[in-house]
Amino acid sequence: MRRGVWILELAAPVVVAAALLVSGSRGFAASVEQAQTSSAEVKIDNFSFGPAALTVAAGTTVTWTNRDDIPHTVVSEDKVLKSKVLDTDEKFSFTFTKPGTYGYFCSIHPKMTGKVVVQ
Amino acid sequence: MTKKVKDEILHDHNAGGIDRRGFLKCMAWAGTGALCVMQGGVLKSYSLSRLSDLGASAATAGELSFVQISDSHMGFNKPANPDVAGTLKAAVDKINALSNAPEFLLHTGDISHLSKPEEFENVDQILKGTSKEVFFVPGEHDVLNDDGAQFRERYGKGAKGAGWYSFEKKGVHFIGLVNVMNLKAGGLGTLGHEQLEWLEDDVKHLKHSTPIVVFAHIPLWAVYPEWGWGTEDSAQALAYLKKFGSVTVLNGHIHQTMQKVEGNVTFHTAASTAFPQPQPGKADSPGPMKVPAEQLRSVLGITDVNYVRGQHALAVVDSSLA
Repeated sequence: MRRGVWILELAAPVVVAAALLVSGSRGFAASVEQAQTSSAEVKIDNFSFGPAALTVAAGTTVTWTNRDDIPHTVVSEDKVLKSKVLDTDEKFSFTFTKPGTYGYFCSIHPKMTGKVVVQ
Repeated sequence: MTKKVKDEILHDHNAGGIDRRGFLKCMAWAGTGALCVMQGGVLKSYSLSRLSDLGASAATAGELSFVQISDSHMGFNKPANPDVAGTLKAAVDKINALSNAPEFLLHTGDISHLSKPEEFENVDQILKGTSKEVFFVPGEHDVLNDDGAQFRERYGKGAKGAGWYSFEKKGVHFIGLVNVMNLKAGGLGTLGHEQLEWLEDDVKHLKHSTPIVVFAHIPLWAVYPEWGWGTEDSAQALAYLKKFGSVTVLNGHIHQTMQKVEGNVTFHTAASTAFPQPQPGKADSPGPMKVPAEQLRSVLGITDVNYVRGQHALAVVDSSLA
C-alpha cells in the first residue's frame, strides 16, 4: 500500500572548497581544502521507507527519520546497519564509506524494506 | 427465517471458511461485542445484544472460564489514545464485572510500547487489580533492543527458548507460542525450527480428545500478509495439532476482532486495550486508527473464553470497553 510514486531524492554533493590566505608578520600563505561531505535523507512514513531505494556516493551520511506514530528500526540482516528503536521523530544516521548495495528493513515490521546503493 | 435467528451465522466448516457475508457481519460487530460458539463443527455467531436469547447455554455456564487481553501498548501517548493506562484500567473493571469470574488471564503481547521497564511495571500494577494469574507471550514491542531478555526475565521464568511454554487447566491444554523473534526482511511472524520441534513433542502424548488452546501475538493464519499479519511457518505448527478434535487459536497484534474456522481449528483475534487499527487494506498503512474520543472505548475490548466439558469447542465472547 505505497502512496504514489517516490521520487528519488539525491542530495547534491556539497563540495566546499575554501582557500584561506593568511598574511602575517612572517608573510606565508596557506591553502585549506575542506573534505568532500554529502548527506541524504530517508523518511519513514506510513510504514514505508521513502525513498525505498537510494543511490549515494561513497562517504555520504544517510539519515532516517521516523515520522510515524509507531516505532520502527533500520537494520540490515548482516547487522552492518543496526539502529536502536526509533520512536516518533527520532533519527538514525549512518555514513557509507564502501561502495555496494545495502539492503535493510524494519526489524519490528519486516514488510518494510529498503536499500541504499553506494557508488 | 424468523427474527430470532436472523442475526445468527451458521457455517458448515466442511465448506471451507466463513462466507463473505458472514465475515462482514462478524466484522460489523467488532467493538460492539460478538459471541461466537462453535459446536459440532458449526460456528454460531450472535451479537452481544442478543445474549439473553441464549439463556443458560454455553455462553453462561462452563467449567473453565478465562479472559484474553492484548496489545496494551503501555507508553503509547499519541492522539489515537493519550491514556492507555486509563483504558487498561477500564478493561480490568470489565473483567472484574464479569458474571462468570475468569480463573486467569492470557495477555497476547505488546504489553509495552517501547519495552521500557516502567511500561511493563505499570501494566503489572494495573493487572493486579484483577487478582488473577496472568500468562503472557511477547509481542514485537516487548522484545525491542534486547532480543527479549527483559521479557523473559519478567514473564518467562520456566519457559523454553524465547519464552514458549504449555500448561494444563481443568483438562484443557494451553500452549503459549512466540512468533515475534528473528524476523526476516520482507517476512511475516516466525516460530522457528526449535520451537516447532518443542511443540511437536509437547502434544505428542496428549489424547486426541484434549481441548487445545494456542495463544501467540501475531495471527497464526494469513489475515493480511501485505501488512505482515500472518506467520510464515504456522502451517507446520497447525499440522501438529491436526489430530485434536478441538483447537482454539487466540492472537492479538491486529487490534481488532476477527475470526475464522478451518477444519478443527477456530482462529480468533482480540481487540487491543490501547488503540484500534484499520481493517486489512482499508488504509495506507496499519498505523493507529484515530477515532473520536467518545467512540474510542467502543473499539477497544477484552475477550472472554468459556469451556464446557463434553462440548466440542470453546465459546469466545468479545466485549468492548464502552
